[in-house]
Amino acid sequence: MANEIAIGAAAPGCKKVDPILVADHVIRQFGGLTAVNVEHVEIPRGKITALIGPNGAGKTTFFNLLTGFDKPNSGTWIFDGKNLAGVPSFKVARRGMIRTFQLTKALSLLTVIDNMRLGAQRQLGEGFWASFARPLWKAQETQITTKADELLKRFKLDAKREDYAGSLSGGQRKLLEMARALMGDPKLVMLDEPMAGVNPALTQSLLEHIKDLKSNGTTVLFVEHDMHMVRHISDWVIVMAEGKIVAEGPPAQVMSDQAVIDAYLGAHADTDLGTVEIKAIKAGK
Amino acid sequence: MTNQTPVVEALDLHAGYLPGINILNGCSLVANQGELIGIIGPNGAGKSTLLKSIFGQVNIRSGHVKLNGEDITNLKANKLVEKGVAFVPQTNNVFPSLTIQENLEMGVFQNPKTFDERFDFVTSIFPALGERRAQKAGSLSGGERQMVAMGRALMIDPSVLLLDEPSAGLSPVRQDEAFLRVREVNAAGVTVIMVEQNARRCLQICDRAYVLDQGTDAHTGTGRELLNDPKMVELYLGNLAEL
Amino acid sequence: MDLIGILSLAGNELISPMTVGYILCGIGLAVHFGYTGLLNFGQAAFAALGGYGFAIATLDFGWNIWGSILFGLLCSMGFAAILGIPTLRLRADYLAIVTIAAAQALRFYVGSSTAEPITGGSAGVSQFGEEFYGLNPLPEDFTWNLGTVAFTSDEIWMRIVAWVVVGIAVVFILALTRSPWGRVLKGIREDEDAVRALGKNVFSYKLQALVIGGSIASLGGMVFVMSSQTNQPSNWGTNFTFITWTILLLGGAATMLGPIVGGMVFFGMMTLIESVLGVLVDAGLMPFLAIEQVAQIRFLLVGLILMILVIFRPQGFFGNKKEIQFNG
Repeated sequence: MANEIAIGAAAPGCKKVDPILVADHVIRQFGGLTAVNVEHVEIPRGKITALIGPNGAGKTTFFNLLTGFDKPNSGTWIFDGKNLAGVPSFKVARRGMIRTFQLTKALSLLTVIDNMRLGAQRQLGEGFWASFARPLWKAQETQITTKADELLKRFKLDAKREDYAGSLSGGQRKLLEMARALMGDPKLVMLDEPMAGVNPALTQSLLEHIKDLKSNGTTVLFVEHDMHMVRHISDWVIVMAEGKIVAEGPPAQVMSDQAVIDAYLGAHADTDLGTVEIKAIKAGK
Repeated sequence: MTNQTPVVEALDLHAGYLPGINILNGCSLVANQGELIGIIGPNGAGKSTLLKSIFGQVNIRSGHVKLNGEDITNLKANKLVEKGVAFVPQTNNVFPSLTIQENLEMGVFQNPKTFDERFDFVTSIFPALGERRAQKAGSLSGGERQMVAMGRALMIDPSVLLLDEPSAGLSPVRQDEAFLRVREVNAAGVTVIMVEQNARRCLQICDRAYVLDQGTDAHTGTGRELLNDPKMVELYLGNLAEL
Repeated sequence: MDLIGILSLAGNELISPMTVGYILCGIGLAVHFGYTGLLNFGQAAFAALGGYGFAIATLDFGWNIWGSILFGLLCSMGFAAILGIPTLRLRADYLAIVTIAAAQALRFYVGSSTAEPITGGSAGVSQFGEEFYGLNPLPEDFTWNLGTVAFTSDEIWMRIVAWVVVGIAVVFILALTRSPWGRVLKGIREDEDAVRALGKNVFSYKLQALVIGGSIASLGGMVFVMSSQTNQPSNWGTNFTFITWTILLLGGAATMLGPIVGGMVFFGMMTLIESVLGVLVDAGLMPFLAIEQVAQIRFLLVGLILMILVIFRPQGFFGNKKEIQFNG
């Protein structure tokens, strides 16, 4: 499996057979703190890659840098053959790299269906002059709405179609944000903790949907803490710690790496926490 | 089964944020002294809403909440803190510009003289807080902030600790630590009611749990009972762990 | 003064061109703040540019009425660009500060002796309405009475045109905001980053909104000065901006009906209160008030109304409570 994706042995920064994104020397410093220091990383095209690591490892900062929401101190990255360093965030999204946010940004003051419609790109009606000529954009709007309704159904949000997004629960907002990101037909969809707050039973069906993305040719890069999910769907795992990439490889290999277990996975991954011994603290009274 | 008055008793609550829209539709919960109670369930079921109604942050339209037999329905949060109820929200739960020690000091502002004693207690559970007391809370990672938030709640020597998704956003090893810490706090005599998205872990450590669905307590039982119930697995837990 | 007299005066205010001037500025502000979330505290400047632009084009350049209107609009559009380009990439507060300062600076400039050759300095400009009133199709001796208030032919013409402009502005804005373009604006109002992540050029939309709202305000300025055919710097002080904000919040910030009804109610009430207080003072029922103070008390009331509104009913008459709720 590893040699379908990587050229040579799986190691941090290894080359990929068909990379969609190649980043070099990406550094981001906040005062004295180096939040991100990625020498070289390549994301395989058409595969599902998981980005894991402890909190504060720099995963979200790295996402922000790649998608233009933050400026690095140095670094370049090529997406699908085009250099995206320094490109503003909205243009990055138009090029096909669409991201979701760790702290959900469902637009509360819009209805669920309007949120979805907003996600579609190249909308004629969004131009100032064109907006007055309703016949010009009406047909496209109907198309967009149909697509939105399909996605809402798959994410089980169709009943909430006319509700304001602000009335959805936290997990439902996460789902809305993911569905909305898909409206833009991304080439690479970057999901920042997409399952955080989502009910475990629903998570399973959504994972199937993410696998469908892969069969449609979309590349997926996601940050997650749920190791069962990572094991279940990812083709490749990249581990970040303290701003650097410390391990890469197929899930089984990475997750049995002792260093990764110590820093991140924990030794109790498959044990019942109710049976683990805890130290008895004297009562506070 | 104890025949003491329950520490927290919520009876048939109907509550919501917006006028006319109820999130809780007849929800009940009982927590006895020393128990670790879990609240799990699908998105939008009302888990956080239940916790917040107990803490007076959501308007209860009908039903009662009792603390040791005393009616505390819709009582404001500051009054509840005086009565020994501590709440740790999921986000925005520390003061980022204050140090860890200052955050903990904020915890006892109603009774500042008890600081030293409570600080010793809290740092015995979370030694890292003691070691890094001068560090600004804003520079901490998510899991570390959770620790500070929980530590601050413990500073008032609460009889009841309400936790809103303490493992949210944490890496697996930190999640496991968080759950073990909750067990330690509970073992020290604090009654704990926790809302959790990580249902599997929550059920592993709690005494009893309530499964909320569409605003009511649809199922209840001991942690073990629910973990091993095939219906629970199908509806709420998923079986990814076994795949 | 009797009841009919009082009501007539109030009724006059409801339809007066000055009220319409404020209403149009309120509609412009609705686009800025209600729909896009831009904090513009210098709406008076946009209105002033409309009034001065029109007057200068007519009197100094000798242009016809349509050219003058266009010139007034271009002045405020240019002003919007000057203000917007540097500040719209920054936090909302920066625009607020810049607009307050710019409006004051503009007012002092047009009233200064340096600008006097063009703008008439502190005396302002006047008598620029000849062509406008020349277009009046009504016969010269045509009159109409509202209770005890009589309107001449020119005055009726002014009012008809003013309200037609309001109608056009409303139709224009409704068409705009009910389109996908308007949807992007709504998103921007709430969370710019979310909208950027969906591929929209947020800066461009904010600038467009600033220009559009400013243009409508400049039309308001033109209507405002046309009825009296005088345009003085003292018209465009901070009073003007804050009354505009009051009527907007009173009616509902993200609606079209809001500024219209808000404006009518506000000015109607002000006149009603002034008349009623006047009657009471005359009748000796208010020994602690002198007749001269009645006019001042009205402004006390403006402040009070604004405060109460923001506290108890921030959505105004027609605003959507749900939309305000989630902001909290």
